[in-house]
Amino acid sequence: MSDVSRHAQDLERPDAAPPGPTAALELRGVAFAYPDGHQALFGVDLIVRQGERVAVLGPNGAGKTTLLLHLNGILGQAAGSNAVGTVHVGGVEVSKATLGEVRRRVGLVFQDPDDQLFMPTVRDDVAFGPTNLGLRGAELEARVDEALDAVGMRALGDRPPHHLSFGQRRRVAVSTVLAMHCDVLVLDEPSSNLDPASRRELLDVLSALPVTVVVVTHDLPFALELCERSVVLDAGSVVHDAHTLEILQDPGLLARHRLELPVGFDPAAVVPRGRARPSPSIP
Amino acid sequence: MGAGHAHGASRSVSDGLYLPGDTPLHRLPAEVKLVGLLAFVITVVATSREQAWAFGVYGLLLLGLVALTRLRPGTVLRRMVIEVPFLVFAVLLPFVALGERVDVLGLQLSVDGLLGGFNILAKGTLGVLAAILLSATTTPRDLIVGLQRLRVPALFVTILSFMVRYLDVVVDDMRRMALARAARGFEARHLGHVPVVAKAAGALFIRSYERGERVHLAMVSRGFTGTMPQLSAPVPTSRQWALVSLAWMVVASVAVTAAVAGDRTAWLVMAG
Repeated sequence: MSDVSRHAQDLERPDAAPPGPTAALELRGVAFAYPDGHQALFGVDLIVRQGERVAVLGPNGAGKTTLLLHLNGILGQAAGSNAVGTVHVGGVEVSKATLGEVRRRVGLVFQDPDDQLFMPTVRDDVAFGPTNLGLRGAELEARVDEALDAVGMRALGDRPPHHLSFGQRRRVAVSTVLAMHCDVLVLDEPSSNLDPASRRELLDVLSALPVTVVVVTHDLPFALELCERSVVLDAGSVVHDAHTLEILQDPGLLARHRLELPVGFDPAAVVPRGRARPSPSIP
Repeated sequence: MGAGHAHGASRSVSDGLYLPGDTPLHRLPAEVKLVGLLAFVITVVATSREQAWAFGVYGLLLLGLVALTRLRPGTVLRRMVIEVPFLVFAVLLPFVALGERVDVLGLQLSVDGLLGGFNILAKGTLGVLAAILLSATTTPRDLIVGLQRLRVPALFVTILSFMVRYLDVVVDDMRRMALARAARGFEARHLGHVPVVAKAAGALFIRSYERGERVHLAMVSRGFTGTMPQLSAPVPTSRQWALVSLAWMVVASVAVTAAVAGDRTAWLVMAG
């Protein structure tokens, strides 16, 4: 427990410490209503520091995916919709003018890898992003190799995506955004539909990446293992922001927001994955 | 979601008709094969139907290529079944066509119809055989690269490439829906069941449309601005182009000889 409280003290709360220009992500008063009038977000404030791994927890319909789509400007000010609030990525405000740079910095991994992988082969797909950034030839090949190596999938580069297992496809989906040298990796329900072995392999891959990670998930043990910090989103607002272990050990908080641990699961017994050391493969 | 469709390395719909191999025809870049196929088909179609021997020579040339690619004769024959509906028409033609009649085994057949039927049979079979050679030695991806390089309109190539990628996903969706219907006791037995199947087709369309929207989001998230990247593949060497040109010249010389022979026959007929 002493370990937990120490982490909790380390954790800078958004209201306690105003961010420097180096915050990986900074959301201020982000509110959003869909065209049909459904209000999905009510003024979300969130700061994610460089290198941090943060889980966004919350029940279905809490606005988690809507929030993710604000992080690279698919929704929000840049989309010209009826959005309120600002999003900064590494100090750059998300707007129409900065969309290209923002989408390079923020790598969004969608829930269904079949949506993410749309090119004929794995290599073609990983090359899609860097090609849009203007890379060609040997530089492009090197970038693709490096991104595939980071998820351990280089050997299957010439396969069509439909010849891969679901877990392999999800790892390739992660590598498609790593290839853009993103600073922030954002994943929507990364552990859904994975068998336990694929789930662990994905954890291995993600915990070894030296980038900022934001994960939207229902899988509380997954969040605990990967992320030191969690944010609880419910009904379009951030209702709690603390150390993941602290949240998972608060049964009242979990019950209020329809979050549930697997039966018999003891959060205190889990050894969280350490921070990744910057590896030479992904600068 | 496709949690259950980990195929491993098994074949699936979007693998097309490709049969892996390492023969000269397999190694030839797709655009060279596409140009060669087109030139061959045009030359065959332009050959006069009266010169039956020319089609025999074309056929032998193609059979040589089949042997070169080590395709099994059984596979080739099975794939040629696609031609059957056209053959039915070719067989009917001698009976229904008008004009001069000739007596064959006691049947009064039209000369024009016989020639017309032979024309369809010969040119159709040669075209199908050539297309089988292309599809068996070229992956769908390489075909897309070839079409891109031949400057086929980008929109067309993009649609084709998405079809190749998502055919399996949609077919899987369709199978799961059919399974879900069957699991609840549905069996399409008479026309009254058409609305059920039609509704399923509608649902499939909506699912695919929504997937299209999600795919577009994923593309935009990775910097897509409207043009698909040119896929990488080995660029044909001038030797490969020369080889195909040479092969076409053989075919063309057969066609020219046939045309000259046809002219002479016509001249002799007129003179006689």
